[in-house]
Amino acid sequence: MSQLKSRESLDKTGVTIRDADEGDAVAGVVPRWVTLPETVEEISAVLRVCAEQDLALAPVGGGTKLHWGRPPERCDVLLDLCCLNEILEHASGDLVVRAQAGVTMDALTAALAAEGQELALDAAPGATVGGTLATATAGPRSFRYGTPRDLLIGITVVLADGTIARSGGKVVKNVAGYDLGKLFTGSYGTLGVIAEATFRLHPLPADRRWLVTRVAPERVRELAVALAASQAEPSAVEIDRPDPGGPVTVAALVEGSAADLRALALREVAGGEVAPGPPPWWGLLPDDEPPHGTGPAGETPDAARPAGEVLVEVRFPPNALNGVLDAARDAGFRLRGSPVSGRLHLAPVGEVTEEALAAAVAGLRERVAVVTVPASPYERVERWGPVGALPLMRRVKERFDPGRRMSPGRFVGGI
Amino acid sequence: MHAGDAPPATAALDPLTAALRSSLPADSVITDPVRLRTYECDGLTYHRATPGVVVLPETAEQVARVVRLCNEFAVPFVARGSGTGLSGGALPREDGVLIVTSKMRRVLEIDLPNHRAVVEPGVTNLAITEAVREQGYYYAPDPSSQQICSIGGNVAENSGGAHCLKYGFTVNHVEACEIVTPDGDLVTLDRMDPGYDLLGAFVGSEGTLGIATRITVRLSRAPESVTTVLAAFESIEQGGTAVSAIIAAGIVPAAIEMMDALSIEAAEAAVACSYPEGAGAVLIVELDGPAAEVARQFDRLKEICSGAFELRVAADPAERAAIWKGRKSAFAAVGRISPAYIVQDGVVPRTALPEVLAAIDRLSAEHRIRVANVFHAGDGNLHPLVLFDDGEPGAGERAEVVSGAILDLCVEHGGSITGEHGVGVDKVRYMPRMFSEADLDTMQLVRCAFDPRGLSNPGKVFPTPRLCGEVPGVRKGAHPLVESGKAEQF
Ligand SMILES: Cc1cc2nc3c(=O)[nH]c(=O)nc-3n(C[C@H](O)[C@H](O)[C@H](O)COP(=O)(O)OP(=O)(O)OC[C@H]3O[C@@H](n4cnc5c(N)ncnc54)[C@H](O)[C@@H]3O)c2cc1C
Ligand SMILES: Cc1cc2nc3c(=O)[nH]c(=O)nc-3n(C[C@H](O)[C@H](O)[C@H](O)COP(=O)(O)OP(=O)(O)OC[C@H]3O[C@@H](n4cnc5c(N)ncnc54)[C@H](O)[C@@H]3O)c2cc1C
Repeated sequence: MSQLKSRESLDKTGVTIRDADEGDAVAGVVPRWVTLPETVEEISAVLRVCAEQDLALAPVGGGTKLHWGRPPERCDVLLDLCCLNEILEHASGDLVVRAQAGVTMDALTAALAAEGQELALDAAPGATVGGTLATATAGPRSFRYGTPRDLLIGITVVLADGTIARSGGKVVKNVAGYDLGKLFTGSYGTLGVIAEATFRLHPLPADRRWLVTRVAPERVRELAVALAASQAEPSAVEIDRPDPGGPVTVAALVEGSAADLRALALREVAGGEVAPGPPPWWGLLPDDEPPHGTGPAGETPDAARPAGEVLVEVRFPPNALNGVLDAARDAGFRLRGSPVSGRLHLAPVGEVTEEALAAAVAGLRERVAVVTVPASPYERVERWGPVGALPLMRRVKERFDPGRRMSPGRFVGGI
Repeated sequence: MHAGDAPPATAALDPLTAALRSSLPADSVITDPVRLRTYECDGLTYHRATPGVVVLPETAEQVARVVRLCNEFAVPFVARGSGTGLSGGALPREDGVLIVTSKMRRVLEIDLPNHRAVVEPGVTNLAITEAVREQGYYYAPDPSSQQICSIGGNVAENSGGAHCLKYGFTVNHVEACEIVTPDGDLVTLDRMDPGYDLLGAFVGSEGTLGIATRITVRLSRAPESVTTVLAAFESIEQGGTAVSAIIAAGIVPAAIEMMDALSIEAAEAAVACSYPEGAGAVLIVELDGPAAEVARQFDRLKEICSGAFELRVAADPAERAAIWKGRKSAFAAVGRISPAYIVQDGVVPRTALPEVLAAIDRLSAEHRIRVANVFHAGDGNLHPLVLFDDGEPGAGERAEVVSGAILDLCVEHGGSITGEHGVGVDKVRYMPRMFSEADLDTMQLVRCAFDPRGLSNPGKVFPTPRLCGEVPGVRKGAHPLVESGKAEQF
């Protein structure tokens, strides 16, 4: 009965709505309806109804990582942002772009490239602006350009009660008021819906070169520290170790003018070969298949494969790399990521049982600063580990979403 | 003072002062009126208030103890670093405690392999760079006040500097902060931790979300090569065209600074920087990075600046310092050409610069108030210096009008009312011009999560009266304060 009423109220908003099915499940929880708002005001209208009828919801962008994080405590409405797919303003002279949350990162990249500019983030294929922000995806080049929060200069969000709020703006330099963009970046849809975002851009680099070298694991740390300190200024340094006990491939990217000369300077430090394109695993999670062949510089791989069942992320001070390498080897995990940013992704080779994963994660937590498990089918593996500021985070959640309707239970400490 | 501030409760200070004395070293609690008065303002000297009590804690634990006592006696507190702030952020309260970090000046750890330094909040910005310069590192954000201002103040203001065009602001270089929350808990906010980015929200919160007691900053590798160029143009328009051309050429210099004729005149009078005579505008462009890259960009830059009537290139650090001297002294220098002045700070999209500068000229003529323009041209951050004679009746008011109208121009062009100096008390009334009631209320949710009792630097940043207690959770319908007619300042 109340279900009927809820549906009626949702229908009254005029927003496109359909019944959900198994394919719309959020980490196994099947919602009742999928709504497809086309404007910020429509998001607000849906959220107001959800507030009146106490319906829980989860936003979805590209749906590439919807299964990451804990299953929501409840989910009545899936808020699909695919129809908010407009690039609202590209002020190329100001190096600024404003886009709706459902714009895919691929579409944004293409539009910006047409004017010789880029958003210096390495997004996953198929991911949206909103999803990239909500998960705070950091790719290889975050070493030079920072993570999404560092390039975000303005945001429009819709809160659980339907309030539309903005912070920041469309200028890069701006310290007026609190930076809500930072708060919403990496909030996994638990504070509200990201509706629009404004980013600072960079000119497309004149040129790119990769230096690729293969070394024994003991040498990686020293090499990474030397590359990070190099005045040739690499934009990224990544490692790949597909065989948990095997050698490590180190790849460094230089971008900009004189990339060729600078790559040669890096070769003096590290040896190896200079290539015009990335190694096939570049920018992919360790459980993704490499795409066929190697695309030209700067192109994102087109064949995206869904991430596997289990993915572990470790964050650590770069100098603690050896402990991570040893722990991953002992656990039998392959790994990939940035030794210089101190962020690696680990995935088991083949199947892993709940006990084995729990043991591996515990072993990592003993040796590494921060270990999280974004993707795992197991309930008993603690995903986030201890978080010192959790009480403050809970207070933030209580203020923004006192009714616990926004992706409840999905994030740290069951926020 | 505006609506919502607690009524002066100086009486509550006596028992609090006694409690402070029994829990801090004797010389850390100041009540002597003469000494109190030395803290009555920050760099924005026309707002003054004598603090009720000043404390000079030496450790984070002592800061936490002070804050807990403030909670016990329901007394507001304000943090202060070096007091160079230009928006009255560190303006004390007569009914409150001023917590000064000047005794917390230790560099706790330098970790070069991890590009990190851990410092106490009172450490000056420049001291960090000085601690690592010989090893080829530096701390990137470089406010002009860097010799004096504290890193705690930088964190609170999210300070920038001339080089933030390429390297970003304080928030992009802070990895972790230990803070004392407004209820007196010690909590570490770390970029590495999963969960909400509370560190990102804390940086730039102007002391309203707690006090930073230990800060981990990222150190940057010194660039291999630096080229500093001074280009003199006949007019501001020509300078502006060059700036656009640099950006269009895909160059991101470390800094692009511009000064107009009046600010050049002032700098000349103050520090004899000997910039080219007769310049309508000078542009300072600094390129840095790998030598091969800088060399190519410099070639391109020379072509772009072909309209300049003089181009100077610094050949060594001494010449570089000479080029920067005029720019760095500009704020103080206008004191030489005007008895009084207001330092304004606003931002416009870079492409709107020519239009906004022309509009500032019109305002200046209309109100008979001279405006010297110094700005971070690369990112559209204007620092108009609004000059007036405080001896002339009405001049101060006219200058205020011009200064405020400049902020309106910034908002109209999609910019900001502050790029780096913060809102403090000075710009509270402009916040509703830039943000809607809903925006401000949403920010207030963050405030209430951290500081439900509104004790941490109240009255700064937000025009909104304290509402945490009155509105538990989310608003329904019209804002209760609007309904009750208490919030006409929106
Ligand atoms: C090299 C690499 C590294 C990666 N590293 C990470 C990593 O460290 N951490 C990580 O989480 N992911 C990581 N990813 C995955 C990546 O973040 C996701 O693929 C992508 O960003 C999700 O975008 P999406 O549009 O598919 O979002 P979806 O899969 O649709 O949603 C992802 C999450 O974001 C929420 N969400 C989506 N849109 C919005 C919105 N508009 N407002 C509010 N919430 C919203 C959803 O509710 C969901 O919780 C990585 C990917 C690659 C290739
Ligand atoms: C000549 C001159 C040039 C300047 N140039 C620049 C510039 O180029 N760029 C720029 O961005 N700014 C500039 N400023 C402004 C000012 O120097 C900065 O805002 C600086 O960060 C303030 O630091 P402070 O230690 O003096 O802070 P204070 O003035 O003491 O305090 C500023 C704010 O920070 C809060 N605060 C202080 N310490 C803490 C703490 N430990 N925890 C929490 N909150 C705290 C205070 O409550 C207050 O709200 C300039 C100022 C002057 C006078």
